[in-house]
Amino acid sequence: MSDIKKIKDEYLNKLDNDLNIESVNQIKTQLFGKNGQISNFFKTLGSLPTDDRKTFASELNSIKDELQEKINSKLREIETKEINSKLVNEKVDVTLPEREINQGKIHPVSQVIDEISSIFSEIGFSVEEGPDIENEHYNFTALNTPDNHPARDMHDTFYLDNNKELLLRTHTSPVQVRTMLNGKPPFKIIAPGRTYRSDSDQTHSPMFHQVEGLHIDKNINMGHLKGCLNYFIKSFFEVDKIKMRFRPSHFPFTEPSAEVDIGYEIKDGKIVIGEGDKWLEILGCGMVHPNVLKNVKVNPDKYQGYAFGIGIDRLGMLKYGINDLRAFFETDYRWLNHFGFDPLDVPSNYRGLSR
Amino acid sequence: MKFTIDWLKEHLDTKIQDNGLVEKLTDIGLEVESYENLNSNLDNFKVAKIITAEQHPNADRLRICDVDIGQENTVKVVCGAPNAKKDLLTVYAGPGSIIPKNNIKLTVSKIRGVTSYGMLCSESELNLSDESEGITELKTTNYSDKIGENFFKNKSEKVVDLSITPNRPDCLGVRGIARDLAAAGAGKLKKISNKNIKKNGSQTIKVSITKEKNQGCTVFGSCLITDVTNKESPKWLKEKIISLGQKPISAIVDITNYVMLDLNRPLHAYDADKIDQEIIVRNSKKGETFQALDNKEYKLGDDMCVISDKSGVLGLGGVIGGTRTGTEINTKNILLESAYFIPRSIRKTSKLLNIDTDAKFRFERGIDPGSIELGLSKAAELISEICGGKISNFDIQKTDKHEKNKIKFNVSLFEKITGFKVDDNEIIKILTDLGFEVSKKKLELDLKIPTWRPDIIQPIDIVEEIVRIKGYNNIETLEPEKTKIKDTLNKQQKLFHFLQRSVASKGYFETVTWSFTDSKINNLFKENLKEIKIVNPISSDLDVLRNSIFTNLTFYLKKNLDRGFKDISLFEIGPIFKNSKPGEQLTVIGAIKSGKVSRLNWNEKERPVDVFDVKKDVIQTLVEAGYERKSLFIRDKSPSYYHPGKAGSVYLDKDDIEPVAYFGDIHPNIVKKLDIKTEGLVGFEIYLDHLKENKIKLKDQKPNFEYSDYQKSERDFAFIVDKNFKAQDLIEIISSVDQNLIRSIKIFDIYEGENIPDDKKSIAINVIIQSSEKTLEDSDLEKINKLIISTVETKSGAKIRS
Repeated sequence: MSDIKKIKDEYLNKLDNDLNIESVNQIKTQLFGKNGQISNFFKTLGSLPTDDRKTFASELNSIKDELQEKINSKLREIETKEINSKLVNEKVDVTLPEREINQGKIHPVSQVIDEISSIFSEIGFSVEEGPDIENEHYNFTALNTPDNHPARDMHDTFYLDNNKELLLRTHTSPVQVRTMLNGKPPFKIIAPGRTYRSDSDQTHSPMFHQVEGLHIDKNINMGHLKGCLNYFIKSFFEVDKIKMRFRPSHFPFTEPSAEVDIGYEIKDGKIVIGEGDKWLEILGCGMVHPNVLKNVKVNPDKYQGYAFGIGIDRLGMLKYGINDLRAFFETDYRWLNHFGFDPLDVPSNYRGLSR
Repeated sequence: MKFTIDWLKEHLDTKIQDNGLVEKLTDIGLEVESYENLNSNLDNFKVAKIITAEQHPNADRLRICDVDIGQENTVKVVCGAPNAKKDLLTVYAGPGSIIPKNNIKLTVSKIRGVTSYGMLCSESELNLSDESEGITELKTTNYSDKIGENFFKNKSEKVVDLSITPNRPDCLGVRGIARDLAAAGAGKLKKISNKNIKKNGSQTIKVSITKEKNQGCTVFGSCLITDVTNKESPKWLKEKIISLGQKPISAIVDITNYVMLDLNRPLHAYDADKIDQEIIVRNSKKGETFQALDNKEYKLGDDMCVISDKSGVLGLGGVIGGTRTGTEINTKNILLESAYFIPRSIRKTSKLLNIDTDAKFRFERGIDPGSIELGLSKAAELISEICGGKISNFDIQKTDKHEKNKIKFNVSLFEKITGFKVDDNEIIKILTDLGFEVSKKKLELDLKIPTWRPDIIQPIDIVEEIVRIKGYNNIETLEPEKTKIKDTLNKQQKLFHFLQRSVASKGYFETVTWSFTDSKINNLFKENLKEIKIVNPISSDLDVLRNSIFTNLTFYLKKNLDRGFKDISLFEIGPIFKNSKPGEQLTVIGAIKSGKVSRLNWNEKERPVDVFDVKKDVIQTLVEAGYERKSLFIRDKSPSYYHPGKAGSVYLDKDDIEPVAYFGDIHPNIVKKLDIKTEGLVGFEIYLDHLKENKIKLKDQKPNFEYSDYQKSERDFAFIVDKNFKAQDLIEIISSVDQNLIRSIKIFDIYEGENIPDDKKSIAINVIIQSSEKTLEDSDLEKINKLIISTVETKSGAKIRS
């Protein structure tokens, strides 16, 4: 009896020493191996008288558990220590640069188009497109701008043939014509896209972007037009209130026609949209001219509605503080990086237009 | 259209302040471009006093003057005038002033090492006299208490510049503007004073308008004024002409211009003595020529409306006069023309001859045919007043009566279009004030349209008149109604937006470049597409529509390389053009990548970008868009602008004829031709129009979730195959062996060289085999192993590498 207690104490002491895994395993063998000291005691159990056997067995078992537990905890301790000491040697300089990240960018024009589509989607508009090359009819004549109309001079047109039959569209309005010719009213569409005029200076570039809007139904009047644009401008500039002015103007394809100005002021050299006492023209609009409706086989006595055209690049410039229109199309890597948007920053109704 | 407020008030009786009038103009659709002082430059000239005048250290003849200009600090001015001395009162012009005599703008400048802020002016420099010897000397008695005040006392008139839309020719004259303002409640339109001018005798030069097809003139009114003395215009007239930015010429010319600006009634004055017998208004014959007042000789085509006499063409009616019968300072007898020319004819002629004149601008928009006589009498009256002379009776030749157009206007249309109501009486008042003759019949108004409003043709035009005069601020702002008729985006549009962001997310910067490009660069990329020339390009290096996105991408890539960037990834999504008809275009993503991967990286080896970089980008983009990798098929064919050995094309399906994408190295010849200096140049293109729609919707795309927990086994093989044998084929052969058991096939090594024949290569493959029904026994695995080897060997001629 005292023998096993002695063995127990001896080994518990031994296990308190600073040991490595091998020596612990050695101890394990010495105790519990085939001829291990504890194992041997178990072998003797059979030869003991029944009464003694019971007591001894229980004692032996508890000592065995104690020792085994001690060995296991010793092993865990050593493993932890070994990992810890290894960790010290494995330390790297985490301030070294990460592997290359390749962040791409979305061009401001694309971002603004997505913002516009998202806003108009909310009030039920769908997106239509049309070709960049148009014929003279769709770009002008069908839009109530016959050949002898001086309004044609307002568009410096790029032509693709000497008869001036084929041209690069000067506005997105021909999409109105195509949409209405190919469908039946009601129509409720926007049409963003590239447009072209042979004009190039600080504020004009030979290619730019417009978004056309068209809403035709039985009772759409100028109040709807005002409401729609008011909603759009507020949403786009992400402001609660907007100072807006509708003023009469003239476009051959709408009547009555209007130009829309928004209020702004310059604060610290930056343009602030919505308030202030200065006016900035941002779009043209009006009620679709009955002649246009007739040209696309829509009965103007039954149907009426509005159309508008907005310069996309210009909206982007205002919202994101970009000064030079021409820089949009110059592919300067620094500019694209600076004004571009993260591809995951997708404008949407539910998570907001911009971060 | 420019005018002064004073001039406006000659037609408009108003108590409204100038600013109010200007605002009103914008409100009724006459957009104010600018509203500024006529000659604010004159305000730069101040009465000043020289406090001290010291010798310039570096120049004997110059003095440095301290000048009191009525502000807190004096200014230093270097002056060369001998009379510049202490206490002299004179005229000072600050930096920014424009000297009237020579139109030179002053700047702060160093004169022989001493900075001079502005200048002291001589009388000659101020256009006051020819005295240029010294600076102006002002009398102390008159000016000692006026230091710092403006030297020029003329009240500076304010000039309004309107941007008149093409539908409003009537507002190209001051009177038309006044009429609109009066209708909008900004005052009362004054009656035109109709002095009874004395007319004696008939107009003795015979005038006729020929009757022929396409005759561009319908009314030709004229009168003779004899024994005039042409001279410089009087001051008031000169000032009027100058105030609108025009140059006074002579009284007769200035008067015709004045009447044009006042009433939008263009007139033409001929030297009557130079007219050969009679005036014939007719169509030109091809080949006729004449010398115009712009000193150019024009060669005419057929059917242009000309004013001619017995000897030939005198002028192009309503466009430009000729030199032969032009008035000069010694002109004694004049024939005054006041006519109506048809806008279409004017426009056609001026376009063909490329002439742009003020008269043309007005006639092509439509001149009031009812103002013929008014114009003649107004001008004749002024001419006889200023130049003397006798006025003949008016001769009016007409081929068209120009009766007033009529419109029936149903008042309810107004509310239907604008959404708000205006009282009938107010509508009638607005229209009457605008010059309409109105008679009310129950719900309808019978309207006679004033002759000066050629733009008003149908009822909707009347709605516009009422609403613009009433004010757009009366239109309600209605809540947008949200009914949706169609999905916002169709499938192709969704794909567009998805691919755009997918490509950008792989590290590419999106750019937007012109749809046109330089034909020289385009030729490198156009393949067999047609070159589409722009007839009137903005510049000779943007002369064709692009046949490929790479034209502009390579051009701008080079620009960025020149800026010092090396590793550049750019893409654009947009149109390329196949031909010149509407719709003959494709939507394409073009992406391009230059330089190296991991350049100067501390833990990764740098290497030039290569074909597999772009292959990864293009395949991943397609997979992200929902196309299964397994069905994508690669061929080693590509357009000629790619490297023939390092480029390929992607098909959605093995059996497809049209590739959806290309990828690879850009052809070295092109890199050289474009002088692009970089370690590597690769690119890819995706053709959106060739991407067939995924027929099944996402919600139906997910089959039941099935998986296997039985043990997986991996086996490696190495096959020796012909050098040009394609890895894709090997994978296809192996996967065809047993689609149920073979779960994945990976190529982990390609080897050529020692121990392999020259025309062969070794492809090492790892295959994962797993059953969904049981744990495979060794014998099962052995069987599939053998099957793989035998199938590959039979189908490809490969040999297993032992």
